[in-house]
Amino acid sequence: MDYLDFEEPIKEILDQIEKAKELEGESQVNMAKTIKELEKKLESTRKNIYKNLNAWQRVQLSRHPQRPYTLAYIEAMTDGQFIELHGDRNVKDDKAMVGGWGMLGDEPVMFIGQQKGVNTKMRQYRNFGMANPEGYRKALRLMKMAEKFNRPVVTLIDTPGAFPGLEAEERGQGEAIARNIYEMSKLKTPIICVIIGEGASGGALGIGVGDKVLMLENTWYSVISPESCSSILWRSWDYKEQAAEALKLTAEDMLKNKLIDGIIKEPLGGAHTDPKGMFEILKNELLKNIEQLKKVETDKLIPKRMGKFEKMGVTN
Amino acid sequence: MGWFVRNKEGITTKTEDKKETPEGLWYKCKKCKVISSVEDHAENLWVCHNCGFHERVNAKEYFSFLFDEGKFTELNAKMTSADPLKFEDKKKYTERYQATVKKTGLNDAVTTGYGKMEGRDVVIAAMNFNFIGGSMGSVVGEKIAKAIDHALKYHKPFIMVSKSGGARMMEAAFSLMQLAKTSAKLAQLGDAGIPYVSVLTDPTTGGVTASYAMLGDINIGEPGALIGFAGPRVIKETIGKDLPEGFQTSEFLLEHGFLDFIVERKDMKAKIAAFLKMVHNEDKSKASK
Repeated sequence: MDYLDFEEPIKEILDQIEKAKELEGESQVNMAKTIKELEKKLESTRKNIYKNLNAWQRVQLSRHPQRPYTLAYIEAMTDGQFIELHGDRNVKDDKAMVGGWGMLGDEPVMFIGQQKGVNTKMRQYRNFGMANPEGYRKALRLMKMAEKFNRPVVTLIDTPGAFPGLEAEERGQGEAIARNIYEMSKLKTPIICVIIGEGASGGALGIGVGDKVLMLENTWYSVISPESCSSILWRSWDYKEQAAEALKLTAEDMLKNKLIDGIIKEPLGGAHTDPKGMFEILKNELLKNIEQLKKVETDKLIPKRMGKFEKMGVTN
Repeated sequence: MGWFVRNKEGITTKTEDKKETPEGLWYKCKKCKVISSVEDHAENLWVCHNCGFHERVNAKEYFSFLFDEGKFTELNAKMTSADPLKFEDKKKYTERYQATVKKTGLNDAVTTGYGKMEGRDVVIAAMNFNFIGGSMGSVVGEKIAKAIDHALKYHKPFIMVSKSGGARMMEAAFSLMQLAKTSAKLAQLGDAGIPYVSVLTDPTTGGVTASYAMLGDINIGEPGALIGFAGPRVIKETIGKDLPEGFQTSEFLLEHGFLDFIVERKDMKAKIAAFLKMVHNEDKSKASK
């Protein structure tokens, strides 16, 4: 397990517990009391640290290398009853964008999401979760299929941005994202979007227009990453922490500004400390929301969805 | 003592005392450096008479030649930005905003209005690049949404002249959601069968390209305009190579299938009007008052 800089105190206690256990094994000294005390200390330290996370720390957690990614969620939540579908039918299959049919409990659902890689090789294969236009077009193809069969769409968002490459521009990255936003705003079936990691700008919004937009507790969603914001507005990479604060990109701030519909709690310490627990929590949240949305008639669903986004923005 | 001491009286104006150059009599083309009189330049719709370079101009200029006799009624002229995030980088957003309002005499990066185009009622929105890089925040999104509402209500075609660096960072996620807001409005316009013409001018990038600028029934570009999602600098950094010549220009987009055609400024109005004549049923338009 990797630990972030602000998690050092936790790591220290964990190391101490480890050592105590070792000592107990070697020397037959009864360390039960010490271990119990350490464990108590661990819990309170954990609580304290995670209660007061600042924006930048949330960003770090959202990118934690052990954090579960889209396919892990889908596999677990569908109990393996998942048929992955490939390709945009035009250019190729984008490995940074995955999708397909899955059974969520008794509900057939169209899952779509960006996929990051779990190791160096896979990260490259998945292009670090940065989709190309064909990824967005594949996503749209799948959404249209969901509409055709009248099944809900669930998108799991986790991207540092749409890929800013030469070929992406040639194939119309801007058009692909714009088209998705346009079509999602009027798709005739319920859409639930969940930010499970990073929600960077147009790359996230390209699969992010829904009846319910939810954020996991330790994720971020904004118009730009704190690093890029720092480099543009402060003209230096060193102000990422200030930028993270200024952008108000945490789930809490986003909800306060009425830009999302809800926050989903993560296990203490973040999704990566208890992936199984996280999958269970999300599955239940999704089922609850699908249940609600299925009751809304389609001709009311779309004006409601559009109306929600039309209200966003503050002017004088 | 430095080596270079000014002994003779030369230029003595301090930098802070220098004034913005007043409206001059001459315009020097940024591309070919050929000089023409400001009057001639305006008459040529701010296009260089020598090399055809299309100078960046604002909504005011576009309205002057797109609307019949330059006459129009402005919509939501007074709307200004709030600062919902109390955003502050090196400078406060409110200060930056006020300074820009003062400098440009504009209230935000888009101007919207309705009037006639070759006798047909139309709604036009055009962006002002000199207002914080033509960036899209809540005001830009809201004014465009309101302009589309007007188009919907009176069944008038909607024309959008884009010129923007993308979403406005100082309004963060509020800016991002303007992509969704404007696109949702355009979806309504589309469902009502009302034509939408998107004109992409230099430059159109970022969130504006990733929303309304690319969603026209027809997308048309001015010659030589920079159009793209990611900026050229970012792409260069990503791929670690120089970009090919002409990358992300209107001509490049036309070649790759993202523009319907390229139009010179002098022909823009006639071309749009000709298109509208073929697709829009004028009898459906209602008089607006």
